[in-house]
Order: sequence, then structure tokens, then C-alpha cells
Amino acid sequence: MAEFTLPKNSKVTEGKVWPKPDGATKVKAFKIYRWSPDSGDNPSVDTYHLDLDDCGPMVLDALIKIKNEVDPTLTFRRSCREGVCGSCAMNIDGTNTLACTKYIADAKGDVRIYPLPHQSVIKDLVPDQTHFFAQYREIEPWLKTDSQTPERERLQSPEDRAKIDGMWECVLCACCTTSCPSYWWNEDKYLGPAILLQAYRWLADSRDEATGERLDQLEDPFRLYRCHTIMNCTRTCPKHLNPAKAIAEIKKMMVERRV
Amino acid sequence: MNMRSPLSRARGLGSAKSGTDHWWMQRLTALALIPLVIWFVVSMIIVTGADHAAAVEFISSPINSVLLILLIVATFIHGQLGLTVVIEDYIHTRWLEVGLIIAVKGAAIFLGVASVYAVIAIALN
Repeated sequence: MAEFTLPKNSKVTEGKVWPKPDGATKVKAFKIYRWSPDSGDNPSVDTYHLDLDDCGPMVLDALIKIKNEVDPTLTFRRSCREGVCGSCAMNIDGTNTLACTKYIADAKGDVRIYPLPHQSVIKDLVPDQTHFFAQYREIEPWLKTDSQTPERERLQSPEDRAKIDGMWECVLCACCTTSCPSYWWNEDKYLGPAILLQAYRWLADSRDEATGERLDQLEDPFRLYRCHTIMNCTRTCPKHLNPAKAIAEIKKMMVERRV
Repeated sequence: MNMRSPLSRARGLGSAKSGTDHWWMQRLTALALIPLVIWFVVSMIIVTGADHAAAVEFISSPINSVLLILLIVATFIHGQLGLTVVIEDYIHTRWLEVGLIIAVKGAAIFLGVASVYAVIAIALN
């Protein structure tokens, strides 16, 4: 059966409450999920307090400040701090998003920060993305051609180039995929919105010559058709892309080649 | 311990090369059910309170019996397609999953055939 309760060792407990900074006037509380594979303890939610007058505006600024000045054991991924690398994806205030583009001020009350949902946690806010990127590899996200390699660049009209707008911008942060209930229940086989958006990026590319082969690989009750247009993906995407529409376009191509 | 590579696990047993028929048939039956259900509800309201003979006369009309059979067929095809997806989504005990899918399809066929037989039996009586 589906599992609707957490296993015993995953029950989240109340964690450490860190002191408020001295002389601070604008204090904000950050409730952050903590789990370490070394201790054997259940995960806990630690409470940190920061003075917003002495902190950058983004949630990632707060996380870095906590790690630098309060608790160096706090573990999270980050790199570019401007929404192009996709590393700092996490669940903030109940929504999957990038910590670097999420304003602290947008959170009502305490800022609650958890790792991306329904993924194995490596430590604290770091989920295991091995399977996610293996699925990306599975759709063979590169140009495939059989024609003779041209002397110069492969030509593409501006109209055809415009067809991959809204897809090349994806940074593979996995916010959409881990927000999708269909992915939660069947992540072993369902590719999920991020990977299907990438699959459509190559299906829509006028220079690619493997469209039929790509559709063959996707045509599966689980790989593609677990999408039930729940739309969490489109709602949560921090880059304001529309994976649900890309999936619908793939389904239309599936019908088009047989009707 | 599973020592397969992540890519091997992701690829699994490969694509089933099916699923589009299921998806397309579910949409087509959904479209067909819109007028059929409206017709059925309106007809039932009209014959409300009528006696047995009037009900038999209603079903015996060729157009009504054909529409009734179409409604039954579309309903059971659509219903079993939808229930199959629900089971695949939520039931992860393999024997139970496969067993329930077979049971749902079997029940849909049995009830569908029984309903169609009933309409024909009344219409041709």
C-alpha cells in the first residue's frame, strides 16, 4: 500500500533553540530541518534567530550568515547565489524554491526551511539527487543526428529557435519534480516534470533527428503518463517556466503520430 | 545491496511502448460521456413516476436502446481506465496491485456485458 505516515526514524523532533543576537531590533526566527547520518538521531527542527538589519535580503543570505557566524555544522548546497545554478533548491515556507531568489520578507512569520520533499536526505538540507540526474541522462539530453556533419554550424530559423524558449532556461533545480505527487509515489519509473520538460526541449529542437526514437523511449504508462496535470510543477517553478505545458505537448505529439 | 549503476536503475526494464491508447481512449470516452450523460439524466427525469410499461416502452425504442448501450460501454471503459491509474499510483504491494487491476477490468467487463444484455433483453422482448 501507499505509505501515509513517516517511518519511526524519520519523525521530526523539536531541536535546539539558538539565542537571539544581542541588541537586535528586527529579529526573525528561522526554523531549519537538521539531520546528520553520523548521530543516529531522528531529524529535528532547530530555531535560529537573526537580526534582519544585519543580514542580506534573501533566504540564502540568512543561511550563509548562520553557517558563518552561528552554527558551522549547518549543511546546504549553494553556488551562484543568483538563480542560475539551481543548487540551493529547498522547501521554504511550504514551497519548493531557490533560497537565493526567495526574499526573507516574503515568509509570513517564522521562516521554515526543509529539504526538497520526498527525497533521501544526505545531511540537513542536502537531498540525494543521484536518481534525478540518472533520469536526466536517461533521456539523452544532447543533439542526435544521422545526417553528415555539416562544415559549419547547424542552421535554425528564428521561428524554430523560439520553440525552445521556456525550456532552455530550466536550471534543473528539481523544485518541480519534488513537488509532484505522481513523482512522490512512482519516482522509480516516472520521469517527473523537470526531466520531461528537458525531453520536450530536444523533441522541439528543429536540428534534432531522433524525434521518433525519443518518443518511443517516453511512451510508457509510467515514464510519461503518470502526469495527471496536477500542476504543482508550474506553480512552484522558481524560474516561472511551465513544465505541465511541455508534458502536454509531448502527449500531443504521441497522439499526432498515430491519429 | 543493489550495486546496479544509477543509470541502469533509471532505465529499468525500458519503455513499455504503450500508454497513448490508454490516455487517448480515456479522453475520447470522456467526450462521449458528456452528451450521453446529459441525455440519460434528462430522459430519467422525463420518465420519473411512469409505470413499468412506460419504462419498458422507453428502453424498447431503437434510438434509446442504442444510446443506453453506448452509455454503458463508454462508462465502463472510462471507469476501468481511471481506476487502473489510481491503483497504479497508490498500491505498491505488487501482488495486490496486479490483482486489483485484474479484478477491476474483470468487474467492468462482467457488469458492462450484464448491463448491455439487460437492455437488449428488454428491448427485444
